[in-house]
Amino acid sequence: MKAKVKTNDVILQTVTNVVAFIIILFSLRLFFSGHYTPGGGFIGGLMTSAAIVLLLLAYDIKTVATILPVDYKIITAIGLLFSVATGAGALLFDVPFLTHAYDYFHLPLLGKTSLHTAVLFDTGVYLVVIGVTMTIIQTIGVSE
Amino acid sequence: MTNLLILPILIPLFTAIILMFISKYVKVQRGISAVSTLLTVAASLVLINTVHQHGIQTVNLGSWVAPFGITLVSDMLSALLVTTTSIITLVVLLYSFKSIGVERERFYYYPVVQFLLVGVNGAFTTGDIFNLFVFFEVMLMSSYVLLVLGGTKAQLREGIKYILVNVISSALFVITVAYLYSVVGTLNMADISRKIALVDQPGIVTAIAILFLLVFGLKGAIFPLYFWLPGSYYAPPTPVLALFGALLTKVGIYSILRTYTLFFYHDTGFTHEILGILAILTIILGCIGAIAYWDVKKIIIYNIIIAVGVILFGVSTMNPEALEGAIYYVVHDMIIKAALFLLVGVMIAITGTANLKKMGGLIKHYPWLGWTFLVAAFSLAGIPPLSGFIGKLLIVRGSFAAEAYVGAGVVLASSLLVLYSVIKIFLNGIWGTPKEYNGASKGDARYLWMTSLILVVLAVCFGLGAEAMRPLFSQAAEVLVNPDLYIDAVLKE
Repeated sequence: MKAKVKTNDVILQTVTNVVAFIIILFSLRLFFSGHYTPGGGFIGGLMTSAAIVLLLLAYDIKTVATILPVDYKIITAIGLLFSVATGAGALLFDVPFLTHAYDYFHLPLLGKTSLHTAVLFDTGVYLVVIGVTMTIIQTIGVSE
Repeated sequence: MTNLLILPILIPLFTAIILMFISKYVKVQRGISAVSTLLTVAASLVLINTVHQHGIQTVNLGSWVAPFGITLVSDMLSALLVTTTSIITLVVLLYSFKSIGVERERFYYYPVVQFLLVGVNGAFTTGDIFNLFVFFEVMLMSSYVLLVLGGTKAQLREGIKYILVNVISSALFVITVAYLYSVVGTLNMADISRKIALVDQPGIVTAIAILFLLVFGLKGAIFPLYFWLPGSYYAPPTPVLALFGALLTKVGIYSILRTYTLFFYHDTGFTHEILGILAILTIILGCIGAIAYWDVKKIIIYNIIIAVGVILFGVSTMNPEALEGAIYYVVHDMIIKAALFLLVGVMIAITGTANLKKMGGLIKHYPWLGWTFLVAAFSLAGIPPLSGFIGKLLIVRGSFAAEAYVGAGVVLASSLLVLYSVIKIFLNGIWGTPKEYNGASKGDARYLWMTSLILVVLAVCFGLGAEAMRPLFSQAAEVLVNPDLYIDAVLKE
């Protein structure tokens, strides 16, 4: 086996530190703009996982696991629970499954805002996409 | 309650999610999945009762009115199939407790079984052709996982084959739905039927009908699209095999039954004749396979193919009596196939081999197992008081009425060969000289046998109580014969 050459990824790591945040912010923007403009839970989740994958490229799996100490399989399950529970919430009001509700609220800072239960459903999608993508990538990454 | 018919889908879905959180606690997982599947069975029984009392149940998801949203429709056919599916899953779960092994149980076995139940129940209940595709995928992805879970060499090899075939057939499904959508411009099944009736099924719709036959034939294993089934079903462990054998092909059959009675009933000369010919060839090929092998699993696997042929032949005649027989036979076949796979699994657990020539004399130490198997075998072949008889009788009578004599003859002749194939197992495996076995202990074998006994008892009751069940099946067949009932229930006009 060849002797391990000590590499120095200082440029990659420094850039990643800045860029990962920009990517995550952009993914959140995509996520929240899904109702009126292109975007939504799926693309938002994919882009958030892209930020984490960039971290994985710049550092190693162990470091990223200390930065984000989460089990992505649990994230997937939580996301599913969010989506299904949002749909099943309709059962409590005896209306058909997946019936959504919305209303306008006056929030401090934001002013008149419409809040819609579809966002909760989309949050579930967002979490499932992150959970599944990261589970796949990490599982492939650690298996020999 | 508006959402009753969604419960058989929602309960397993919730259970699967909850089980994902506790994958390491095997005993808790067993308890939760058994209790929730029991709830699913209860919900589906209530559903049968409601459909029987008040007619077809529909729910428009998200409160969007019929052709624009997804509608779930539960007529008697789907309610019966959902109930049968839930009961079989419950029994297979109980069987798995002592059979599947802790390693697999820790690795998300129970959540995946629940997801399979979601997919199958959803496919039986949906009233939207694209939603049917989605539930097909839910079911197929769970079956991919169940097929390869454990990672033995045979499972991986057959898993690749199975995934390849199903990915291709799913792509064909999407293409077919795209063609249909470009012709009729809707995805709601009742609305599709209405639009096809308006244009009186031109040639392009007949072509789409044949494409649907190809797609569902690949899922449901008809001749000549059954080639993947014997190998793929041979690989997984017994409880998974029982689930596959009892449920998966039946979803394909249900889809053919639904599309050929709801969509394409205007010009039956071409489509239904092809279906009939393929069904007869399926029976013949299945019979050849069933008598050729000396392997207990292979024999029962080929019996699945025979049953697929018999049911689809009943469908192809489009005769009310034969359709009723086909429905009866689907339910019977789901129960008895699961029972037979589980019983054969007990034999394999005891003897440690699937080869019939290495077995023998099980009746000496396991008389209960032997006689249960004999009852199940007679029931499969259709000996009069048992459950296989009525369905086949109705199919044969219906096809005589429709003057399809060749098919009726083949169905009758196939019963003999079915009987021969299972009696071969009985005579060589259970009769004969006893041998030394070092498989499962007697206590474990007794537990496995007792869970499979539930299904055999159910099959016997199903045969003896045929008269009491008859109104349910007549009601199910009525909707197939008269699709306007379905359309009116969904579109409410």
